[in-house]
Amino acid sequence: MSEHSITTIPSTPQLTKSAWLICLVAVVLQIFLTAPVEAADDYRTVIVADPYLEMHTGPGRGYPKFHVVDRGDSVDILMQRTEWYLVRTDAGKEGWVDREQMELTLQPDGQEVDFGDIGLEDFTNSKWELGVLAGDFGGANIVSLYGGYSLNPNVSVELWGSQILGNFSNGWMGSVNIVHEAFPDWRVSPFFTLGAGAIYTEPKSTIIQGEDRTDQIGHVGGGFRIYATRRFLLRAEYKSYVVFTSRDENEEVEEWKVGFAFFF
Amino acid sequence: MESRFRVLFLIVAIISLPGCAATKNLFGFGQEEAPPPSAEPPGQVVDPQVERREIKEPAIDREDFEVGGYVGVMGIEDFGSNVVYGARLAYHVTEGFFVEGTAGTSEGGLTSFEVLSGGARLITDSQRQLTYFNLNLGYNILPGEAFIGEGRAYNQNLYLIAGLGSTRFAGDDRFTVNFGVGYRFLLTDSVALHLDFRDHLFDIDLLGEEKTAHNLEGHLGFTVFF
Repeated sequence: MSEHSITTIPSTPQLTKSAWLICLVAVVLQIFLTAPVEAADDYRTVIVADPYLEMHTGPGRGYPKFHVVDRGDSVDILMQRTEWYLVRTDAGKEGWVDREQMELTLQPDGQEVDFGDIGLEDFTNSKWELGVLAGDFGGANIVSLYGGYSLNPNVSVELWGSQILGNFSNGWMGSVNIVHEAFPDWRVSPFFTLGAGAIYTEPKSTIIQGEDRTDQIGHVGGGFRIYATRRFLLRAEYKSYVVFTSRDENEEVEEWKVGFAFFF
Repeated sequence: MESRFRVLFLIVAIISLPGCAATKNLFGFGQEEAPPPSAEPPGQVVDPQVERREIKEPAIDREDFEVGGYVGVMGIEDFGSNVVYGARLAYHVTEGFFVEGTAGTSEGGLTSFEVLSGGARLITDSQRQLTYFNLNLGYNILPGEAFIGEGRAYNQNLYLIAGLGSTRFAGDDRFTVNFGVGYRFLLTDSVALHLDFRDHLFDIDLLGEEKTAHNLEGHLGFTVFF
């Protein structure tokens, strides 16, 4: 109907343009502001087995409770954020329920619901890992991003990219590491690492002398992977680098870093 | 004589033992016998008389990531204030903690020295472009609801962030520490508006001696959870 009226009203190009813009904004708002409408069958349904299920307005303990679902009633689980589940009652009320309460619900056939808890076992057996670390690289600041792939619970291969920000020069560094964990099932798991790569350094623009250069590096190090919560781990490590310069002497650099990572 | 009494007592004791065993529950001593094991294991609500079908439960949609953009004003110390644009990606680890990566760009103007001196330029125009990326740890505080009119309530919260990264300005990459406070206003459970104030600190020695520059940024953002 509205489309018809737009096409029949004689308008200047300016007006048509703004009408299109309004339409576009309306469509975008429609997409973002309306709740996703999907078939009810697409959601997991659970039955309240405890005396009641408390619904909060938001995914956090601080958000107020505004509704209670009675025992025996069913709710659909619309989505999950951190340890909170957005559920919808039969009457259409939507609210957030924490994991502790959701674990006390039952499937329609009476069985317990498995919410796929992530724990220490996944920390040990995960295949992929992605993290960021920061620290000190021979007196300069260093920020690193790495990705790792586990060949088995003990051995993994990692690819590192780092930016080095110093007082006199800046640089980039890339390396490939092999990491060995002797006790991968420990919550605080020590590791040993070996690697090789390349470092690119450029002197700061305020320093006149010096030129850009690229050198090969080799390093050895060790550290700890510490399981924190869910898919989250903390990591602290020390590495000793040898920079194979084109001059007569090789440089040795010590590096200390801490950071966090996810496994999946 | 004595040994004969001993034998007698022994005989009496041996005869009475099975009797005690048989009557012990008469007086409530000892353990009750366990009831016969029930056919149903405890916790089984429905007795499965029919053959069980394998039902695949639909997966629960996880929305722990938050992605979006922002526009605001950034003041670069000595170089005036200008518009800043940026993008943000956050991962919510728990209801309190989240990790966040931001990348943004702004442009420095002329320093007072450059304006007063007329022609002299400290840095080239391309060096005035400022770009940064930061990795932050955030913590949500003061969750609650905001009421607009009588019939509408929206979730909201404040958060604190701190982190580090790198800023490219005046021809060099500079190690940057940033911290700030933000306000998240949730239009729906998956769409949020942000208002953020941050301070980016980095060392700069462009004007002779090295100093730590405070670069304040205020921006409005829009994010979507996925």
